[in-house]
Amino acid sequence: MSTPAIEIAGLTKDYKIGFWHRRRRRSLDNLTLQVEEGEIFGCLGPNGAGKTTTLKLLMGLIFPTSGTAHIRGRSIDDVEMHREIGYLPEQPYFYDYLTARELLDYYARFSDFSATERRERVEHYLAKVGLTTAGNLQLRKFSKGMLQRVGLAQAILHDPQVIFLDEPMSGLDPIGRREARDIILELKKKGRTVFFSTHILSDAEMLCDRVAVLHQGKLQGVGAPAEIVAIEAHTTEVFFEARNGHALAPCLIERATQTGKRYRIEVPEADLYPLMDQLRDCDARVLSVAPVRPTLEDYFFRLVDKSQAPSHAVEVRTK
Amino acid sequence: MSVPGIVAINTFREAVRDRVLYNLVFFALIMIGAAILVGQISIGIERLVIVNLGLTAISVFGLVMSIFIGVGLVYKEIEKRTLYTLLAKPIRRWQFLVGKYGGLLLTLTVNTFFMALGLAAALFYVGRTFVRSDALILVAIYFILLELALVTAIALFFSCFSTPMLSTLFTLGIYVTGVFATDIRNIAGFTSNGAIVYPTRFLYYVVPNFHNFNAIGLAAHGGQIPFALFWQNTAYAALYVALLLIASAAVFSYRNFK
Repeated sequence: MSTPAIEIAGLTKDYKIGFWHRRRRRSLDNLTLQVEEGEIFGCLGPNGAGKTTTLKLLMGLIFPTSGTAHIRGRSIDDVEMHREIGYLPEQPYFYDYLTARELLDYYARFSDFSATERRERVEHYLAKVGLTTAGNLQLRKFSKGMLQRVGLAQAILHDPQVIFLDEPMSGLDPIGRREARDIILELKKKGRTVFFSTHILSDAEMLCDRVAVLHQGKLQGVGAPAEIVAIEAHTTEVFFEARNGHALAPCLIERATQTGKRYRIEVPEADLYPLMDQLRDCDARVLSVAPVRPTLEDYFFRLVDKSQAPSHAVEVRTK
Repeated sequence: MSVPGIVAINTFREAVRDRVLYNLVFFALIMIGAAILVGQISIGIERLVIVNLGLTAISVFGLVMSIFIGVGLVYKEIEKRTLYTLLAKPIRRWQFLVGKYGGLLLTLTVNTFFMALGLAAALFYVGRTFVRSDALILVAIYFILLELALVTAIALFFSCFSTPMLSTLFTLGIYVTGVFATDIRNIAGFTSNGAIVYPTRFLYYVVPNFHNFNAIGLAAHGGQIPFALFWQNTAYAALYVALLLIASAAVFSYRNFK
C-alpha cells in the first residue's frame, strides 16, 4: 500500500489563555484523517472550526498539544519535508517593499534552483496567475486579489508534491476564482495532492474528491461531498395551486409558503403520499414534485444550527 | 547561497528600501557643519574635536539603528505574517534568525563604512593631510561595530518574545547598565550589605561591559590602543553574540505563531 500524502493521527491543539495561562482553550480536538496521493481534499467549517489551526500545525507554525502528523511519510517536525510542500496562508501578506518578481525569486532561492531556472520559473508562474505585467510593481501597491495570486504562485513555484491552501479563493474576483480552480485541477492532473480550507462550499463541491467537515475543533465527517450530504435525510418539495372555485384545506395553507398563487411544501419522503392524497381531496393542481438534493451548504448550516452555540473554539478543563 | 545568507540579503534590501540609510544625510550635515565651524572657533584642536564628534555620531547613529530596527526584526515578521510563508519553506527557525541578524549587521556595517568616509573627509578638510595616529580611528570604529553587533543581538533576543516597545526598554536598560558596568562593580566595594553586593556583582558578570568598546577618547588624543585589547574585545563580543543568538534560537524554536 502506498504512503498517504497526509496522515494525521489524534492531532490536538490547546491554547493557554488568561493572564496566568492557567486556562486552556481547545482549538483542535483529536483530529484523525488521511489524504491519499493525488486527491483534492477540502477542509470545511465555520470560523473557529479549526481549519487554519490544522494547516498551521501541519506547517510547523504551531506545535501540537498531542498527536502526530506525517506528510508523504515524513514527520511534520522534519524541515526537509518542506521541500515537498507548498503553502498559501489565509489572507497572505508579503514583503511590501519587494516587487512580485523579486518576491518569487526570493522564495525560489530556498529551493536550490540555478539562476536561469529561477528566472524561468518566476516568469512562468507570474504568467500562470496573470501577473506578468504587474511583475515589477511593489507589493504595497497590490490589491487583495493580486496578493492572493502572488501567494498562489509562491506556493506552487517549486513544483511541490503536496499543496496546502488556506482559503485560496478569498479576495478573488470571479475570473480569479475560475483561474485558481483551473490551477488546482491542473495540479491534480499532474498527480499533486491539494489540501485546502474554504468557506465557499460550491468550490468544495466542484473541486474536491473528499472533504472533511470541522466544527468547534472536532471532525464531523469525512467523505466525498455526495456521501457527506447523503447522511442527511432526503426531502421532497411540492409546488401546487388552487383550481378556480376550489378552496385549499386550511391545514395545507398553514404548512405551505405562498408566492403569488403558488404554494410550496417541503416534506420528508415518508410524508409525500399522504400529502398527495390531501391535495387530491382539495382538487388542487400539482405543479411539480421534485426531490430536494441537499447541498454541502445545507449540511454545513444544519451543523452550525444544531450546536446553537456561537462558533468559536471550546474551553477545556485542565487538571 | 546558504539560507541565512538569502535571508540576510533580503533584510539588507528591506532596510535600504525603507530608507534607513537616509541617516547618512544627517551625519554628512553634522560633519560638514562641524568641519566648517571647528576651523573658525578652535585653534590647534580641530582634529580632536572632529574625531570626538565624528566617532560619537557614528556610535549614536549606529546604536539608534541597531536598537530600533533590531527590536522589530522578528516581531514585524510575526505581526505581518510574512514569516508564515517563509517557515513553510525548507528553513530552520535558527537559520531565519541568524539571517535576520546578519542582514541588520550588514546594514550597520555599510552605514558605518559611509560614516567613516564622511569622518575621513571632514578630517582631511580641517588638517589637509592624514597622520599616522589617524589609523587609531579605524580601531575605534571597529570597536563601535563590535558594540553594535552586541546591541543588535540583545535587541534580536527580546524581539523573539516581546513587543518592540518593551524590547527597546530592555535593550536600552542593558546597554546603559553595560556602559556603567565597572562603576556598578565598584559600588560593591563601598558596602558589605549583601542586598547591594550580590546584585551588583551579578549585574557586572552577566551584563556585557560596553565600556570596554569605547576607544573614542584614545583615538581622539592619539593614544596607544593595546593590541591585546583588539583580540579581547573581538572574542568578548563574539562570545556574547553567540550566547545571545543561541538563547534567541531556543526561545524562537518553541514559539507558536497563532
